[in-house]
Amino acid sequence: MTAEPLLEVRDLKVSFRTDDGIVRAVDGVSFSLSEGETLGIVGESGSGKSVTMMSVMRLINDPNARFEGEVLYKGRDLMKLDQAQIRGIRGAGIAMIFQDPMTSLNPVYRVGWQIEEQILEHEKISKQAAHARAIELLTDVGIPQAADRVNDYPHHFSGGMRQRVMIAMALSCNPDVLVADEPTTALDVTIQAQILALIRKLKDEFGTAVVLITHDMGVVADLADRIQVMYAGRIIEKGTRRDIFYDPQHPYTWGLLGSIARLDRPKPRRLAAIPGLPPSLLRLPEGCAFGPRCPHRFARCDERPELLDKVGDGHLDACHLDVEQKREVRETTIHPELIEEVT
Amino acid sequence: MLTFIIRRLLWTVLVMFVITVVVFVIFFKTPGVDPARALAGRSPNPQTLAEIRAQLGLGRPFPVEYAIMMKKIFITRDLVSYSNQGTRVIQEIFAATPATMSLVFGAAVLWVVMAIAVGIAAALLRGTIFDPLIMVVALIGVSAPVFWVGQIVNMISQGSLHSTVLFSWVPPLGYTPFLQSPGLWFRGLVLPWITLSILYIGFYGRVLRANLLEVQNEDYVRTARAKGISERRVLMRHTLRTSMITFVSLFGLDFAALVAGGALVTEVVFGIHGVGFLFFESFQSLDLPTIMAITIYGAFFIVLINAAVDIAYAWLDPRIRPT
Repeated sequence: MTAEPLLEVRDLKVSFRTDDGIVRAVDGVSFSLSEGETLGIVGESGSGKSVTMMSVMRLINDPNARFEGEVLYKGRDLMKLDQAQIRGIRGAGIAMIFQDPMTSLNPVYRVGWQIEEQILEHEKISKQAAHARAIELLTDVGIPQAADRVNDYPHHFSGGMRQRVMIAMALSCNPDVLVADEPTTALDVTIQAQILALIRKLKDEFGTAVVLITHDMGVVADLADRIQVMYAGRIIEKGTRRDIFYDPQHPYTWGLLGSIARLDRPKPRRLAAIPGLPPSLLRLPEGCAFGPRCPHRFARCDERPELLDKVGDGHLDACHLDVEQKREVRETTIHPELIEEVT
Repeated sequence: MLTFIIRRLLWTVLVMFVITVVVFVIFFKTPGVDPARALAGRSPNPQTLAEIRAQLGLGRPFPVEYAIMMKKIFITRDLVSYSNQGTRVIQEIFAATPATMSLVFGAAVLWVVMAIAVGIAAALLRGTIFDPLIMVVALIGVSAPVFWVGQIVNMISQGSLHSTVLFSWVPPLGYTPFLQSPGLWFRGLVLPWITLSILYIGFYGRVLRANLLEVQNEDYVRTARAKGISERRVLMRHTLRTSMITFVSLFGLDFAALVAGGALVTEVVFGIHGVGFLFFESFQSLDLPTIMAITIYGAFFIVLINAAVDIAYAWLDPRIRPT
């Protein structure tokens, strides 16, 4: 784990020119990923988590987009590669699965064909061998009678099964990194757990590092080694799973934690919610971007907090409150019902 | 897939039967019109009328009349044109078919290739000045009427500029059968092909561009990119393939309509004696047997091509195939 990271993002900035002005979708994001590690990126819609990973894979080809920063994959800066070189990495080194399996597969081709297409693009093997590999992969992801199902079209599969196909496709070239962009959001709750269990199992079998993008704290609670929380295009807290769940430092993280229903605590009268809406990326506030929604706001919040290691063990956060203060007020944000019961 | 094709073809037969009945009713059972008089053409004498009634069994029960007519069209093929000295109508149509086919097939090849090129070019150049430019040119192409373009083309290629190097290769107006002289066949058809296809290149190019841009934003195109396949392959295999679904269904209808006589204006302007030309002539002389036969021939062709399109459609889009 101490070796050179597999993937390292340094000060990534992504902005889009629009009619209304510049949208800063990602504003100085840095993180690294080691071999076999699982990193959870958490944040609500528009926080820049998907754009970050889409930019890493150079999948945004909007002529109005601007990129800054470095993305080092095995020591090579992906932002500087030409189209042919980046194509060699997409699918083979870094593979991606997407949110909506209902629309992510091409409806007019057999699923086997779609998996084989990727294998044949990256490896010099025969069509028969690719076909055999596709069947094997479909078996690995738990599709029954894979030898028959390989010749079915996407519309013959349910949502959960299609996501399994997507996972099989992503793993077809043994990637070092699997980026899962909200892989369970579009699925039924029962299927969600199955897909997460599958990702965990395959991650171990294939030794793949995983970047798991989600807005659901419950998803990363199960899977992630490290977690980073994003808000308005910036990372506002990052640490190990333990850090984030048991010693969360940023009021926004508290809000996220408070908004999940937990069975191991007294049942709240109603689930807590974070008041307000995320700020417009066109007009970010001068200071802390979460300031306007934060119940613990004070004078210093008018100046922008840096992402600093205040706890002192690699657990970073961007909040002006000091650690002791935070530990005191935190419970009232995460579990307001506890206070109500007392009063 | 095979059962789908068979079922589709059985439907086709049924539709064709209904068409013949409808056409027959329109031509022979319109109240207040004596079919014999109508068929006989202008100012017939009583002998001709009696002859027609006897030949076609007019006045007998409806199914018998219908059966005799169908026999004359499909089996014995001896339906004659009374206003045109007893020419055999069916033979005349079949003689005219190669000219129409040559014209329409050539134009179709040109229009499909060019429309795909125009659509892809405009979609790829989106965001630059060329996309709207191409679309405006395409719109002009759609708006230019064939009779006007044809006349202009003739004026230039047959008129003052005919003696120059540019157009000296253009033969006089008319159609030369392929077997008679392939070179002359080709040279005589180049300008009609272009004239006929301009409208369709513009229209299909615009339709394809819109579809391409729509499909480009689909999740599965993003998936294809994420797989690391080349942009060219993403375009040809993923974006274009699904964009062609609308294109193909429109193509079938337009193509069939042209073969069925819709290329009439082009044929008349360029003096090509095809089915459209025949229709034009028989219309001028009110030659009803020919008009009726061409109507049935045209309807049959449209129905057949439609069946072919449906089958192609099922090939393009597996979602509509029966399971």
